[in-house]
Amino acid sequence: MLRWILGGRDAQSAVEKSPVLCIGEEQPKNWFTELQVLKGHFDIVRFLVQIDDFRCASAGDDGLVLVWNVETGEKLQELRGHSQQITAITTFTCVSGDTQHTSLITASSDRTLSVSSFSHKHKHTLCRDGRQQGPRDMTRFTTLAIVKCLLVLERLCVWLSGGDELCVWNKDFQLQCQRQNHSDTGEHKQEEQLLPCAPDIIYRLTVSSDSSLSVAEIRCLSDHQDNIRALINVNDGLFASGSHIGELILWDATEWNILAYEHILWEESQADTQAEIRLGAPKPSEMSIQHLTTNGKLILAAVGSGLYVYSILTKTVVAYRKTAHDSNVLHTMLLSDSELMSCSEDGSVRMWEMQDLPLPAEPASPGFFGMWSFGRSSKQTGPPSKKVMEMPSLRMLELTGDLIGHSGAVQMFVSFGAKGLVTCSTDHLLILWKNGERQSHLRSLALFQKLEENGRL
Amino acid sequence: MIGSPDLVAFTKEDEYGEASPDPWALPEEFSVPLYPLADSNPWAKTSYAKFTKDFILISEFSEQVGPQPLLTIPDDPKVCGTFDLNYFSLRIMSVDYQASFVGHPPGSGYPRLSFVEDSRVVLGDSKEGAFAYVHHLTLYDLEARGFVRPFCMAYVSADERKIMLQFQELSLRFSQASECLKTGNRRAFAKELQRKLRDLEYTRSVLQKEEGLQREAGPQGIYSAHAVEKANELANVEKSIFEHRDLLRQISSYPRRPRRDPHAVTCPKCMTECLSEYEELLDKYATFASPLNYTEKGERREEGEGQTCEEGGEEEDDDEEGVKRRPSYIPQLIKAKSAKCFDKRLKTLQELCDETYYTATVELLKETERSFRGDLCYLHTRRLDGALRRKQKVTNFLFEEDLGEDDEEDGGTLRPFCAVNHAVDNSTLTHPPPIVLCPEPLELDALEPLDPLEPVSETSHTLESELGPGESQLESSPSDQTLETQESSEATKGSFSSEKSMEGHADGEQSLASMRSEPPDPDPDLTPDPEHNTDLERESSSEEVETTAGEDEADTGGDQTPVSLLEGASELEDGKQEECEGQRESGREGVTEEVCETEPELLVQIDTACCMAQDGFLYEASVPDSVPDVGHSSHPQPPHSLVVNQEPQALLPLQGDYAVGSPHSESPTPGLELPVGPPGDTVSRCSAEDGSDCTMSASTGSDRAASPLGYGGVVTLRQRKKAGQGALRFVRQYPFALQALWCLLSGRTLVVLGADEGRVRRLVAALALFVPGPGRCGERVQAWLSCPFTLTDLQRWKLIGLQRVASPVGSSMLYSLSRYSRYIAILDTDQKTLRCPPYRGQLLANIADHRTYIRRGSTYFLHVQSTLSSLAAKAFLFTFTHHLHMPVTSTEGPEGLEARRRSFLQEQLGLREEDSQILLYLSQLITQQYLQPATGGSAAAPCFSFNYTTSFLYKI
Repeated sequence: MLRWILGGRDAQSAVEKSPVLCIGEEQPKNWFTELQVLKGHFDIVRFLVQIDDFRCASAGDDGLVLVWNVETGEKLQELRGHSQQITAITTFTCVSGDTQHTSLITASSDRTLSVSSFSHKHKHTLCRDGRQQGPRDMTRFTTLAIVKCLLVLERLCVWLSGGDELCVWNKDFQLQCQRQNHSDTGEHKQEEQLLPCAPDIIYRLTVSSDSSLSVAEIRCLSDHQDNIRALINVNDGLFASGSHIGELILWDATEWNILAYEHILWEESQADTQAEIRLGAPKPSEMSIQHLTTNGKLILAAVGSGLYVYSILTKTVVAYRKTAHDSNVLHTMLLSDSELMSCSEDGSVRMWEMQDLPLPAEPASPGFFGMWSFGRSSKQTGPPSKKVMEMPSLRMLELTGDLIGHSGAVQMFVSFGAKGLVTCSTDHLLILWKNGERQSHLRSLALFQKLEENGRL
Repeated sequence: MIGSPDLVAFTKEDEYGEASPDPWALPEEFSVPLYPLADSNPWAKTSYAKFTKDFILISEFSEQVGPQPLLTIPDDPKVCGTFDLNYFSLRIMSVDYQASFVGHPPGSGYPRLSFVEDSRVVLGDSKEGAFAYVHHLTLYDLEARGFVRPFCMAYVSADERKIMLQFQELSLRFSQASECLKTGNRRAFAKELQRKLRDLEYTRSVLQKEEGLQREAGPQGIYSAHAVEKANELANVEKSIFEHRDLLRQISSYPRRPRRDPHAVTCPKCMTECLSEYEELLDKYATFASPLNYTEKGERREEGEGQTCEEGGEEEDDDEEGVKRRPSYIPQLIKAKSAKCFDKRLKTLQELCDETYYTATVELLKETERSFRGDLCYLHTRRLDGALRRKQKVTNFLFEEDLGEDDEEDGGTLRPFCAVNHAVDNSTLTHPPPIVLCPEPLELDALEPLDPLEPVSETSHTLESELGPGESQLESSPSDQTLETQESSEATKGSFSSEKSMEGHADGEQSLASMRSEPPDPDPDLTPDPEHNTDLERESSSEEVETTAGEDEADTGGDQTPVSLLEGASELEDGKQEECEGQRESGREGVTEEVCETEPELLVQIDTACCMAQDGFLYEASVPDSVPDVGHSSHPQPPHSLVVNQEPQALLPLQGDYAVGSPHSESPTPGLELPVGPPGDTVSRCSAEDGSDCTMSASTGSDRAASPLGYGGVVTLRQRKKAGQGALRFVRQYPFALQALWCLLSGRTLVVLGADEGRVRRLVAALALFVPGPGRCGERVQAWLSCPFTLTDLQRWKLIGLQRVASPVGSSMLYSLSRYSRYIAILDTDQKTLRCPPYRGQLLANIADHRTYIRRGSTYFLHVQSTLSSLAAKAFLFTFTHHLHMPVTSTEGPEGLEARRRSFLQEQLGLREEDSQILLYLSQLITQQYLQPATGGSAAAPCFSFNYTTSFLYKI
């Protein structure tokens, strides 16, 4: 496409090189037609967290936590508490009486945890003097080990920090209990009473009668063949885990049974490329489940550079795309039952829509997956079209738009619904994507408001 | 005495047919007459002038040698060529209508200073081919006869019409210069008086001592002749002291005097400075006056009169010196007889005024001269342009080069102007005068002549150009008080005075002279008596009877004229002044000078379409009644209120718009010059002024030829015209110019890719014309970039010249090109291709016509400007039309709004999809500009809008 620029002598552009589909420039369904570049970080921005409906906080390797107003793009606060990169960030909302307090809990590799409180006053007063109004108090704790992840159990009003050791804190930020972890990498994700802790261990958090908490190891999840990379709580009775080699296991949270096992195995189905495939077997990293999201009905797994949608109800694959991005998918989100969004190391954010397949043809994209309950097979049976016929529920994952702006990997994004989308990236920037029409309408409103204030209307 | 004097009539046409002006008609100032008159040959009259360019002449009526030229501006002997300055000085000094009473008027014991208002006269000399606006003023000199020294400043031009039509503005500019000179002169005079008083005090003390000695020496009760002589001498000295003290009092009362001259608005800061200074002096000498026991030096000391003489020559406190410290002044013994000898050397103009004020005045005059360069057509077009632009302040940032007048647009004619840089003063003043926040009392005083009848007459002039230049007529001032001068002027036939304004001034002068000590009441005597009017008319000029007989009706009927003239002048004045400021402050005197001189050339280059306009204008100028109804429709007020309407404007700038008060600083420190306004305001003002600094030269067309487009360089008019040439070439060369221009206008960043830097730069400079809101210094344009760009760059720059390199850097650059290809359009100058979305609109076909017949760059530039201006106007309309953005009823949903907007764009403005995008983008820019907080930029990052459309590759 752009070869004319290169004068025919230079390397191909990335777009041309890649087998991944390219939507082109005509994107009628993409309503992000305005962007704001938010500068402030000095290093990779890794985390984004939504504070309330108009604020979000970003944190990264520079140890800075910046609070942004998503509506205006203003930087509201700059929290400088950590001397090293931030490893985890979460919000902790606590309702006491009619006031609601949101705390921002950050963990850093300088072995500190810090908690910053935001009071929920009226949004507009905050907007106006948010810059002056710092977090009401900022508490710092020093932990023995680097906290790798944070988990808030809102129903219990406690939060947990995990890493080399597992700590449970209450809402007043007092340490409730502590336990040495035997593994140094991990992710804790669970809810009330259940605390599966990667790798492969589930802890039970019990609330005893004197309201003291204790953490007990329940079970090792030993059914994965490789490291668990992602863990997600689907609902009270279900959680899901994904491993490095592409195993997705759905667990029963009470019985600790495997409800479904899915081994995602991307495979080329074209005969002509078969030889190459054989030569270069899929690398594990291409099948690694990087991220899991769920909305209770569907689980969206980011597998390598592809996407994989799994229905919990039918325990079947709903849709998939092997090469959704040029590079590893880092974060995904289910916007609705049919729309999803993903961001990747290739620096783009893509929006997808699950569409019913145009029958009877198979979508152009090649792909294969094996799906057996409790079966692990890389066996391939039949042509893909036949597969499709076998699974009428399969839908197509159609690219509806992409957002290109970052020059580095897009680490994470947070959606504010109609207000826009915030993405953060290794290029030290955040980009605020907005609906141009909505913004222009808002500006017009502001214009007439100002005219009225000036008495010139 | 003077042969064949010319009379240049300056009267007003009767307007019997002008009963009800059409309120919807376009203001005359904006319309261009359609057909030129056949007989108005613009070259006919100026051919025999002995000088080539207009210049300013300052002359003096020396009491020793008579009229003599002092200096010309520009100070270049070539300017006046063979023109006889001496003769012309004689001519212009002989028409001084300043009514000045000198010496002792009956009934007052002390010599009076004559407070005279300036007079303004237009004078012609057909033999010399010279016409002049002559501004007479009087400076005070303690040693001069009657304490006054008459001067005049004349703007000499070969074009009579130019002077006539620019009369108001010339008058304004020269009034400012005159005010400046006079302020300086009053300070110098006060100082001189003070010195004199000190001498006198000293003399008196010496005399008293001597007298005492005499008295002791002589027998008691018997006075020797010597003693009597001493006593007389002492009495004389004392009388002289009283006289001088009175003079001091008079001079210090000057600023509080009501001014009859609407142009004589002095800078409040200067005024306060002077006032405080005078008050100090007055206090000093008032206390001095009461005790007559100045016999002993010691006593003097005790009374704290340190500044009186000290025989030992001790250092004195020289706080009265105000401006600079100097070694103590050693008082001299003064001969009893006042020295008024004719063999003494008269003070030069520099000596008469403070040095600061003198240089400031000269600068001001230089600016005036500069701003009046070019012929009438040029000036007029510029004025129209400026007036139009001022009406479109909200959208000016889009395509117009910035006039930089955002701040003082309302300042208008009567903005108090101070040519002296207060910053300098402040730094050296030992007692900086207090900053007055509300100078209204003074100003109200000055504006006292709100008397509805009087000021009207001051402004009711119109050109009567039916009269040939050789024809002599006299338009007299029909006031009995000025009868004397009038008659004398008749006698000398010294051409003509600017009738009614003269009358007003003369009135003012007279009344001031006669009732100086009275409170400034609107004296009924001041109003011109119609009877006198007609009487005098009959006497003085028979031909003009019917004109002037209808004077009073005319006063009610046709007085809109002067106002519109005034307005035009004022508007123009602002702009010009600003321009010159900008020029000067840019510290490139030489360059701008040169450029200004070449401006007429530029004008000549403008093609026939413009010549039409020029003819039209000349036609307008030559037919007197086309001028009077200027602005009728826009100003349908009763005639008397017109002038009054203007005056309040004079008050506004005092509070708000004073920022531009001193354009004379070479290193502007605007913060110091803001006596009023809250701090936040100050900041914004500063920035605004800075901005005006950098843009000013833009409007005059000073060319920093070497400075490329981009940061630091101001995009000047000249550059823009050159860019017009480049753009024309682009349009003619590339069939896809249409698409490229559309990309620029609809906000899609255009990347001009090429290996040849010069080519890319030229193209960028040419295309920069079409970048909406390019910023004052072209911030939105990057002429040459040789590294990969990022999204932020795309957001910042709307037009980028990109180097094509065959290196790793180049490939990464190309990568960024392809990566961000959805946001940009790429124009490849090497392969002559353009990659951008398709454009199917009609709007731009007009300016991007491949087969255009326009051949000249400047013509094309103007053509483009007009198209873009109309676009901007449409965008303005779209932006500020309420119902296009807000629901009409509460039940209306966004769809209805959207439909209405679309139908407005498509049906009412006749725009297609792509053209609508241009308008939407412009509208968005306007909205953002309007919403932008006044103080600095917003904290939030700028928005970058785009849309997802497919691009195509266009080839030649």
